[in-house]
Amino acid sequence: MSENEIDETTGVDTTGHEWDGIKELNNPLPRWWLWTFYATIVFAVGYMLYYPAIPLLQGSTMGISGQTNRLQLKNEMAAVNEARQEQVALLRESDLETIQGSEQMARFASAGGASLFKVYCTQCHGSGAAGGPGYPNLNDDDWLWGGDLESIYTSIAHGIRNSEDDDARDSQMPAFGADGILDLDQIGAVTEYVLKLSGQEHDAALAQTGQPVFEENCVACHGEGGLGDREFGGPNLADAISLYGNTRATIRAQIIRPQQGVMPPWVDRLGEAGIKQLAIYVHGLGGGEKAKPE
Amino acid sequence: MRNGTEAVVVGIAAFLTFLAAGFAQDDLFRAHAWILFAILAIATVVLFRRVEFAPAGQSVAARDTSGYMDDVIRYGTIATLFWGITGFLVGVIIAAQLAWPQFNIEPWLNFGRLRPVHTSAVIFAFGGNALICTSFYVVQRTCRARLFGGNLAWFVFWGYQLFIVMAATGYLLGSTQSKEYAEPEWYVDLWLTVVWVAYLVVFMGTIVRRKEPHIYVANWFFLSFIITVAMLHLVNNAAVPVSFLGSKSYSAFAGVQDALTQWWYGHNAVGFFLTAGFLGMMYYFVPKQANRPVFSYRLSIIHFWALIFLYIWAGPHHLHYTALPDWAQTLGMVFSIMLWMPSWGGMINGLMTLQGAWDKLRTDPILRMFVISLAFYGMSTFEGPMMSIKSVNSLSHYTDWTIGHVHSGALGWNGMITFGALYYLVPKLWNRERLYSLRLVNWHLWLATIGIVIYAAVLWVAGITQGLMWREYDDQGFLVNSFIETVSAIHPEYVMRTIGGLLYLCGALIMAYNVWRTIRGDVRNEVPMGGGQLAPAPVAAE
Repeated sequence: MSENEIDETTGVDTTGHEWDGIKELNNPLPRWWLWTFYATIVFAVGYMLYYPAIPLLQGSTMGISGQTNRLQLKNEMAAVNEARQEQVALLRESDLETIQGSEQMARFASAGGASLFKVYCTQCHGSGAAGGPGYPNLNDDDWLWGGDLESIYTSIAHGIRNSEDDDARDSQMPAFGADGILDLDQIGAVTEYVLKLSGQEHDAALAQTGQPVFEENCVACHGEGGLGDREFGGPNLADAISLYGNTRATIRAQIIRPQQGVMPPWVDRLGEAGIKQLAIYVHGLGGGEKAKPE
Repeated sequence: MRNGTEAVVVGIAAFLTFLAAGFAQDDLFRAHAWILFAILAIATVVLFRRVEFAPAGQSVAARDTSGYMDDVIRYGTIATLFWGITGFLVGVIIAAQLAWPQFNIEPWLNFGRLRPVHTSAVIFAFGGNALICTSFYVVQRTCRARLFGGNLAWFVFWGYQLFIVMAATGYLLGSTQSKEYAEPEWYVDLWLTVVWVAYLVVFMGTIVRRKEPHIYVANWFFLSFIITVAMLHLVNNAAVPVSFLGSKSYSAFAGVQDALTQWWYGHNAVGFFLTAGFLGMMYYFVPKQANRPVFSYRLSIIHFWALIFLYIWAGPHHLHYTALPDWAQTLGMVFSIMLWMPSWGGMINGLMTLQGAWDKLRTDPILRMFVISLAFYGMSTFEGPMMSIKSVNSLSHYTDWTIGHVHSGALGWNGMITFGALYYLVPKLWNRERLYSLRLVNWHLWLATIGIVIYAAVLWVAGITQGLMWREYDDQGFLVNSFIETVSAIHPEYVMRTIGGLLYLCGALIMAYNVWRTIRGDVRNEVPMGGGQLAPAPVAAE
């Protein structure tokens, strides 16, 4: 190499190649670079001996540790399930009132319910359970299908208006406008009457015309004075809370061609203990009611 | 008859596309065929207007074909800049869409359709044009040979632009095969294959015709990039079309094999497109700009072979803790870790080339760009192996940390080295004495650098926040956060990253202005870099 040109700045000889004015110094590999490279190779070999690494005709080498992703997950899940076993068994055996009555069980159920809620319920009901247009708010005491523990349990376990579960809660508001049950004048009048029921500004004369129409067509599900009937999931129309909006336009639209919410059944996916946890959690959000004496 | 054959061929292609639109099996294919027909019809008219009917020998405009073929590189420079700004702009838009969802305009301009427009525009349109035009420049100079194949280089350039337009319009229309960085459907993939083979022929042919005894290291990297990308593209896009006049196809692979093929492709798109190709760029422009010899020939050999051998195995680290068998995950991880030093070989060789030229950083913002580019290269190629470690990956995977990592590589390394190379090329290609303004280059440099630092830093914070929130359990083993809570927790970071991207875009706009003025031949009257103070008045001699 000594016949090659020496670079004046560094005193290192060049390789003697040149391309478009670019030359190359003949520096050796930096030692730290080389040894770090070797170290990563040693690490790689060690890691491969410890974990599954080399594919064979059937499966692969398992390594000294014998650890696989699935095994790790299985062990972690087993540890969690074992730690909770007793608590979950207690939940399964006890009825909802008893669970709520015991401080320890209620604490476990409520924490578990909160966690299930975050995964399965927030998509529709919101992370704070405050709902949104078309999705009920679970923090208030305005319940469509009942707010005691049993009713909440049933709603969650079997869902609402779904085709998967025969025990799902079901009711259907007719499309009064679209199906021609009422004419547009009648609908306009009923709309004014519903506005009156919820204490809003309305056309008094029209509302008066609307009242008999309401009594003939709506009372069966929405109850006397529009106070609602939880037997049919008939919403209370006399309060300020409304699932699909409380304005003249939204009420009218709902009478003409009603929107009907659907909720899936959860009991097969989350198990009885899971539904109990959710029921305790939702009941405890603020609007839970005492069971009515039979 | 110059351009005559080309005009006829493009005209026939336009007619066939017209038929394809007529007989299309689905609306998507029909819409796409109409777009292609419009492009080809316009191209036919343009080409016919340029036909010269004089016999070849006596043409007034008989071109000199003895020197280097630089026209196509001039076009490539402009295309690189154009697609770069397009890609950055779409990036800022989709960053804003994440922070403020109301910016989603349905159906064509929602996040789902614009996101591949952004990734393809920056990687394949900006990065690809940068690679094609710099490789054409470098291979001619370092081989002392004109580009092989005559007008084939023009075919590569225009064919590649057509691929970009077809890919981008396809995304907006909703045509995708749902493979990340390989979204275009089968017919666009086939077209890219033709263009890419032509690119390989031009590049290889030029190397074969070289007048230098040895092949320069930059060309090893360019060649490995071209060949490997061809292989990756062909294998990952293997698919069966439902109809030859329809837009839908089904992948040749299924299930976890499909996922593994996709990430073998995806990771090596990073490895060979964004690393090997751009290292080729680095090995020419850094020594030229610094006017110093490359630090170590031996290092370049060892790190080249180690890099291309190890990179190709690292893909499975994208599929840690999935259905992929454990052994494949292990291999993906250890090959990524062994990749650390071979990647750093390029950084060392680049930075140490500045030995004896460090003082130039005071006065040369282009050299500063190269140094910052290499620093980001080193940072990302350390971060990458670290994130491939399974226990780190269990925190970082699926979070915005990954997005931050990609951007420190793409904006820092690929973007900066491309800007530096273009600033080097423009005055040379248009025969200008120097750039319009070095001070504007410095502005570009700092806007881009601050933009990247903001972007990468806030996405570290966002990613680690997400990762920790996802895995947070209370003392009874119950999940603490819902997904939407982890999203709203990082809203401030999403706003910040939009600002980071905006700064980067502003830098590129300044560059476009600077390049435009340089091409016009203007020179800005400005205080030279590094010589900020006025020279002291000479002391009167006694």
